[in-house]
Amino acid sequence: MSTMTTPLVDYDEAVARFDPVIGIEVHVELGTATKMFDAAPTGFGADPNTQVTPVSLGLPGALPALNGRAVEYAIRIGLALNCEIAPLCRFARKNYFYPDVPKNFQTSQYDEPIAFDGWVDVELEDGEVVRVEIERAHMEEDAGKNTHVGGSTGRIHGAEYSLVDYNRAGIPLVEIVTRPITGVGARAPEVARAYVQTLRDLFRALDVSEARMERGNVRADVNVSLRATPDAPLGTRTETKNVNSFRSVERAVRYEVSRQAAVLDDGRSVVQETRHWHEDTGVTTAGRVKSDAEDYRYFPEPDLVPVAPSREWVEEIRATLPEMPAARRRRLQGEWGYADAEMRDVVNAGAVELIEATIAAGAAPAAARKWWMGELARAAKDRAVELAELPVTPSQIAGLQALVDSGRVNDKLARQVLAGVLAGEGTPEEVVTARGLEVVSDDGALLAAVDEALAAQPDVVAKIRGGNLGPVGAIIGAVMKATRGQADAGRVRELVLERVQDA
Amino acid sequence: MSTISREEVARLAGLARIDLTETELDRLAGELDVIVDSVAKVSEIATADVPATSHPLPLTNVFREDVTGEVLPVADALAGAPAAEDGRFAVPQILEED
Repeated sequence: MSTMTTPLVDYDEAVARFDPVIGIEVHVELGTATKMFDAAPTGFGADPNTQVTPVSLGLPGALPALNGRAVEYAIRIGLALNCEIAPLCRFARKNYFYPDVPKNFQTSQYDEPIAFDGWVDVELEDGEVVRVEIERAHMEEDAGKNTHVGGSTGRIHGAEYSLVDYNRAGIPLVEIVTRPITGVGARAPEVARAYVQTLRDLFRALDVSEARMERGNVRADVNVSLRATPDAPLGTRTETKNVNSFRSVERAVRYEVSRQAAVLDDGRSVVQETRHWHEDTGVTTAGRVKSDAEDYRYFPEPDLVPVAPSREWVEEIRATLPEMPAARRRRLQGEWGYADAEMRDVVNAGAVELIEATIAAGAAPAAARKWWMGELARAAKDRAVELAELPVTPSQIAGLQALVDSGRVNDKLARQVLAGVLAGEGTPEEVVTARGLEVVSDDGALLAAVDEALAAQPDVVAKIRGGNLGPVGAIIGAVMKATRGQADAGRVRELVLERVQDA
Repeated sequence: MSTISREEVARLAGLARIDLTETELDRLAGELDVIVDSVAKVSEIATADVPATSHPLPLTNVFREDVTGEVLPVADALAGAPAAEDGRFAVPQILEED
């Protein structure tokens, strides 16, 4: 990385003077049991080079055999993105030399993608919907994984080299390419983020991938260009590679807009190139200059016959598509009776599934939302984790709410029970028992505390007896304090009034 | 009609990482010319209504079941590697890490 500071234009200023256009390529690793062209397993985290065959390694004479399920998953994705499915398509060799591609070519699709001409609606955080047009979705294979050795790892200078693990080589990928996304102006970074998030949700709903960003199951390349006005022709674009979190997608677009604006302001031209995203510093740096398509010398893969999905098969797959995430959210919002803003907060917090499971376990929708968006959201924020990562299950939350509903704990005690559950003390029931947090509604125990409170405040007793019920709260407060908040407040009130009248 | 120049052969050789001598460049430019001209003749006959052929057998949809099979033992996988370390292939430094 250059030590020179890259000049940047303030983002708001940049979008006031330039119209950003973005385009996104998303790669998703399919959740098949085996690779695209051979029967090697695809499990995550295996020891290096333990999931390889002669095909994965591109050994001489090895021949590919296409995974039918990967084709089915690609069609599922295409259909969910409202694409046409090609009646006949082929694989092609994309030739380049790089150690993570052991065959010296990647088996991909070129001019005949399996799916094309689609769209997907993307909802931004404030509810605005942007329709993103899909140019194509094609099948290909993943590359191996390189680890750089030397330099910062403290090895002697000149001993720098890379180590390659081919477990990932040949894992089925679908690459989804958008048409240029125009007309979104200053919201381009948000749209980019929401688009990738929408696809991730879609992959999960379709059950075609685990779609775990942190494992690199979903990776995005982000194209950005600027033009003077929305009427001007598209400007020169850069492609920032391997941006692998939602937040980074947004930041990378913002950064490129600011950087390109500075280049243009300076009277220079944006260089068409691939750029690298640096997660730690939040900047992009120049990579190689984008080569012509001819340089890859694409040609049809002679070792694989064409894929010709019959219309019957396509319709069969279409009939098994699940409810799409956006439609599902709308349905759930109706069922749960949440207001638009409430539902958006729930979606943005990643709490839809959690709340759904909590309701399924018996909690009322309002109560489920109160817990996940209140106490639990705070706990997640304190621990800097996602809601789903908290050590509590939806059924435990439903159990906690059942304790409240039955009057065995009040709201204050319930929060203490939850704290116990989050601290790993067991289920809500176990925490109640272990910590002795149950509401005391047993008259014997309560009467002693009530009598004590009345005796301590004779002036209050006099007022109540005179018909002024306002100060009853002071007595109840004293009783609650004496019982460490475990008294049933309603019962205490009744007892106080009985005692005062009886006296 | 010469269509393939010596420079083009040199560029392609570079892309394909094939080290050609000066003599080979001259010879291949001529030979490739003949091939390109022959293919051009085929293209004249193949009109728009003739679908492109990528495979001589009239087959489509040859699929494999998604069932795991045998993998290579690591030692075998690495047997052909000029150098290996920690079960991985050691290669010259790659500048653009992913």
